[in-house]
Amino acid sequence: MSAVATAAGQELLATKDLSAYYGEREAVGNVSLSFPRKAVTAVIGPSGCGKTTLLRCLNRIHEVAFEARVKGRVLLDGEDIYGGDVDPMAIRRRIGMVFQRPNPFPTLSILDNALACAGKGLNRRQKMECAERALHAAALWDEVKDKLRTSPLRLSGGQQQRLCIARAVAAEPEVLLMDEPTASLDPIATAVIEELMARLTDEFTIVAVTHNMQQAARVSDYSAFMLADEHGVGRLIEVDETGKLFTKPSDPRTEDYITGRFG
Amino acid sequence: MTVAALRYGRLKRRRAYGWLGIALALFCAVLAAGALLAILGYVVVQGVAAINWDFLTQLPHPIGVPGGGVANGIVGTFIIIATAMAIAVPIGLLTGIYLALFGRGPIPEALRFLSDVLSGVPSIAIGLFAYAVLVAPLKHFSAFSASFAFAMLMLPLLVRTSEQAIRSVPQTVREGALALGMSNFRATVGIVLPTARPAIITALLLAIARVTGETAPLLFTAFGSQYWELNPNNPMAVLALQVFNYAISPYPNWQAQAWAGAFLLVAAVFVLSVGARLMLSRAMRGLES
Repeated sequence: MSAVATAAGQELLATKDLSAYYGEREAVGNVSLSFPRKAVTAVIGPSGCGKTTLLRCLNRIHEVAFEARVKGRVLLDGEDIYGGDVDPMAIRRRIGMVFQRPNPFPTLSILDNALACAGKGLNRRQKMECAERALHAAALWDEVKDKLRTSPLRLSGGQQQRLCIARAVAAEPEVLLMDEPTASLDPIATAVIEELMARLTDEFTIVAVTHNMQQAARVSDYSAFMLADEHGVGRLIEVDETGKLFTKPSDPRTEDYITGRFG
Repeated sequence: MTVAALRYGRLKRRRAYGWLGIALALFCAVLAAGALLAILGYVVVQGVAAINWDFLTQLPHPIGVPGGGVANGIVGTFIIIATAMAIAVPIGLLTGIYLALFGRGPIPEALRFLSDVLSGVPSIAIGLFAYAVLVAPLKHFSAFSASFAFAMLMLPLLVRTSEQAIRSVPQTVREGALALGMSNFRATVGIVLPTARPAIITALLLAIARVTGETAPLLFTAFGSQYWELNPNNPMAVLALQVFNYAISPYPNWQAQAWAGAFLLVAAVFVLSVGARLMLSRAMRGLES
């Protein structure tokens, strides 16, 4: 795993022996994985391999589910986010998340969605600037600048997803987690979001889950391949620079997957 | 007999049974709807005949003096229900939030059970309770004691329906708020609750409809009054109570007024129910998109 070695030291986020459970069921087992700064790391694998659960552990949203718990550590800048005195709310401000299906807040306007977790204590003008910056960053500003006060539900699915990205970006996090951000979108909207992801790495460290291998190849710098073992526990099989993982995988199971032999 | 003929014979029988079942179900449905329509129709016919402008705007006249109305009862009904809402809505809503957020475990289960039991307590028993704690110790009837009884009637309905309303908001909306670093409470009150607003308003309307026609708990709480009474500390006229008193009176013109009052009550509940339906369909549309 040479990529991990070269990335060591510049990793912003890392898991150490991370296992995640729903009640007694272990969904992710002993994953140690580093996410280099200002790069896109894709987590790929077939359905049910635990990749979404892994992602949800990274901002402590996993523990919102009933009887969900975690073993092991997740280090953000060297600090364990599961440490005893760490407030999950503070962690979620530093690690934003975009979900599989666009989930704009239906009762807030487009503007208020963008400002849902930013702009506290700012005056009107500063708020507008903050919202504009976030919507620009999400490549949505030009499409919504004339209807900021309207409902987000009138936007297309792709626009709604970019609004969710803007909402996350506005909080100025360090890491952006994306859970199959294009799974519910058409190819054109997908292309827009993929282009956006490449641009967002100027500022953010991105971890994206996808079961679309072409997408991982297109947008990511590093790729991690996960697979469920015979007990249904998600395991990390290998991680490498995306180019290498897709051309010269070191594990035969990775090769089987990327050549389409299963999943 | 060939196998085919045998099967055909069974088929005919099965088909006949099928039709019989459908006919029976249809007959019962017509019976149920017919009973409801008959009641409604009778109240409307009798009520419309007796209702007039004086009935809506004047005070009751003394016995033997024709005319008069139930204006004080209409106003009293509003005051008592509004006060009851002021008591029950905050408690019911916050309990609903609590159950929706921390829905599992012995305490929430106990709360749900208690709320179900409370919703099954006969309204006259609740009226008696209000009498025991608010009327007897203070030694006078009061509109407030009626509001208290109504609040107890509304409470279980509000608790369960607001819990359902909050639960009906997709988990993704809640997680979206939490993922932005909002606190559990702020995500619920700031994001989830507004999303559930149409369903919650539906719950409020149904709670109002539930108590609008209640009469039993009023008998020994609000008690009734012949005069304008706006002070909740005094006995107050209530429409349902006036209907009751007029209906059991021996005077034909009072009996007619009872029908008019019943018509008003039915109309109010009808409007509330239709409003609740409209809000609910709006809520469903909002959540789909």
